[in-house]
Amino acid sequence: MSDPIPADPVLAVDGLSIAFQTRRGLLPAVRDLSFSVGRGEMLAIVGESGCGKSLTALALLGLVPTPGRVTGGAVRLEGRNLLALDEAALRHVRGARISMIFQEPMTALNPVLTVGEQIMEAILEHEPVSRKAARERTLALLERVRIPDPARRFAEYPHRMSGGMRQRVMIAMALAGAPAVLVADEPTTALDVTIQAQILSLIDELRREQGTAVVFITHDLGVVSRYVDRVLVMYAGRKVEERDTRDLFADPFHPYTQGLIAAQPRGLIAAQPRGLAARSQADARLPGVARERLTEIPGTVPALAAMPPGCAFAPRCPLADDLCARTVPPPRPAGSGLVACHHAGESHAI
Amino acid sequence: MPSDASPATVPVLSVCGLSVDYATARGVVHALDDVSFELASGETLGIVGESGCGKSTLARAVVRLVDPSAGTIRLGEEDITHASRRQLRAARRDIQMVLQDPAASLDPRWTVGELLAEPLAIHRIGSRAERRGRVADLLRKVGLPPEAAGRRPHEFSGGQRQRIGIARALALEPKIVVLDEPVSALDVSVQAQILNLLTDLQRTLGVSFLFIGHDLSVVEYISDRVAVMYLGRIVELGDRDSLWRRPAHPYTRALLDAAPRIDGPAVPTGPGLSGDTPSPYDLPTGCRFHTRCPIATELCRHEAPATRELSPGHLVACHFPDTGAEPSSSARFGSGI
Repeated sequence: MSDPIPADPVLAVDGLSIAFQTRRGLLPAVRDLSFSVGRGEMLAIVGESGCGKSLTALALLGLVPTPGRVTGGAVRLEGRNLLALDEAALRHVRGARISMIFQEPMTALNPVLTVGEQIMEAILEHEPVSRKAARERTLALLERVRIPDPARRFAEYPHRMSGGMRQRVMIAMALAGAPAVLVADEPTTALDVTIQAQILSLIDELRREQGTAVVFITHDLGVVSRYVDRVLVMYAGRKVEERDTRDLFADPFHPYTQGLIAAQPRGLIAAQPRGLAARSQADARLPGVARERLTEIPGTVPALAAMPPGCAFAPRCPLADDLCARTVPPPRPAGSGLVACHHAGESHAI
Repeated sequence: MPSDASPATVPVLSVCGLSVDYATARGVVHALDDVSFELASGETLGIVGESGCGKSTLARAVVRLVDPSAGTIRLGEEDITHASRRQLRAARRDIQMVLQDPAASLDPRWTVGELLAEPLAIHRIGSRAERRGRVADLLRKVGLPPEAAGRRPHEFSGGQRQRIGIARALALEPKIVVLDEPVSALDVSVQAQILNLLTDLQRTLGVSFLFIGHDLSVVEYISDRVAVMYLGRIVELGDRDSLWRRPAHPYTRALLDAAPRIDGPAVPTGPGLSGDTPSPYDLPTGCRFHTRCPIATELCRHEAPATRELSPGHLVACHFPDTGAEPSSSARFGSGI
């Protein structure tokens, strides 16, 4: 059994809790979340809408929007707890030691500045260099993220660029301060698949060459399987499983993870090899030929205001019993990682 | 287009040489160019491609929400290419549409019961009481409780709203449902529910689906045949297994390589495509894919490839298609579209 915690993590999150302030009190959205990332490592946080993954990403940079707020825990970046810093101190860290890219770059890019000016600004904010030096660094960064003809692109406005090019600009900006950690929140979800492949390869290359640790927020298990070292699965605000990627897909422990993977439409070729000859051309025209039913997870995710007292997945889980209804299962070591389930390992639920 | 169905069977939908141009402030966009395909009764034809490939325009054109600039659309034997409003109203009993965002297509002030009964009322089908019965039947078909009829769309989750959208599309018992990215906004566990529902409905009702999607594993799962589009054209069309096992067009190959899947190879098997899709305002000469194609030659830069049939039912528009291990199979092309 290997330890999932990197020996010398760049980023260590410990017991992070985030809640929404409402008229009826605090509604917990992320509870007691702990994980860490090593230098040059890519960790994915996966889960479905509302599981708390994007909120967690924002909390890593001290950017949780109101009415949400961090209610407990620590986010240690290179040993320093970011949650204890004031806004001025945070601003020094953001962009310099930890930076973030988003799904839609236009929300983060300034539409009235050229892309070159924006990247220069990011450099000048953190380093006492001349404008000339900042300009040269900017051109180097544009080249680094494979933007063709950097000198011309420098003077272009973001809206003139394609989605893929904008995401490259975002990455260049995020890298301006040579951060130790890059938080990427669904960076390719809005992009076409061939462009997505380009951007993911770029991120992968950067972390390998520069040792940047990457926290990758996504809902796409296919992307996870190709690019990520370790995966943290969230459900209803909690970590339910954390594993090395290969182990997670080969043998998921948590019934929710099992359900997520089984719900994924799989390649029929890989799932059930069939000779072409097995189907005549006429058969191919018949409805429903060779189509296995996908596994559904019954029910829906509980609302924040109606969280069950025990395991949040219990109402949808085939293994659930009294213990699950009463007690939240703590994460415990299992295989190459952790699982938070009273019954994981007993049998495959889904 | 050649067909492997028996000659006696008329396809429920035949699209031939369909083109759609949009006039915009920046000039004319050729959104769809000379697209042809047939949809057989009870089959699912998947349409895949990236932004700007014309797949959504195609969906809108076949239900006549946009007007074609050339080509024909036939529902069964009936040519609806230039059908009048009134003729279209009748035609829409046979062809219905489901959109990506069910909330946007459902009037929030109406109850689900009213939304489902409306198409019946427009077509003067049944008495009030009969329509109520039909609504209950539709709800049951899509897995919603009868009480749902009295509630409004916003009271439902995304997956449930998509069930309502599907029920509404099925109200008139159409022969064809055009599904434009119907599961793209849904989480994977809910997506599985909707894909299973569509499969069940097709099996019991025999309805044909034209399924527009960008997620290759979803399209692979749901489709019997698949058409791959690039910049307004179908570049490859064939039965799902042939396409996935032996993609003949370099774009199809690149698409399949680029989309990571949990049961696929850990590393991309091909080099991947460089560059962006060209602007539809300024289409490349010759083959539209040549600017990104790893095997393009002078010929590709100057001459658009004709569509040819590699094997029965497997069409490709490429000067140098990958014909796989048997070089003789390329000698069988000929008829084209």
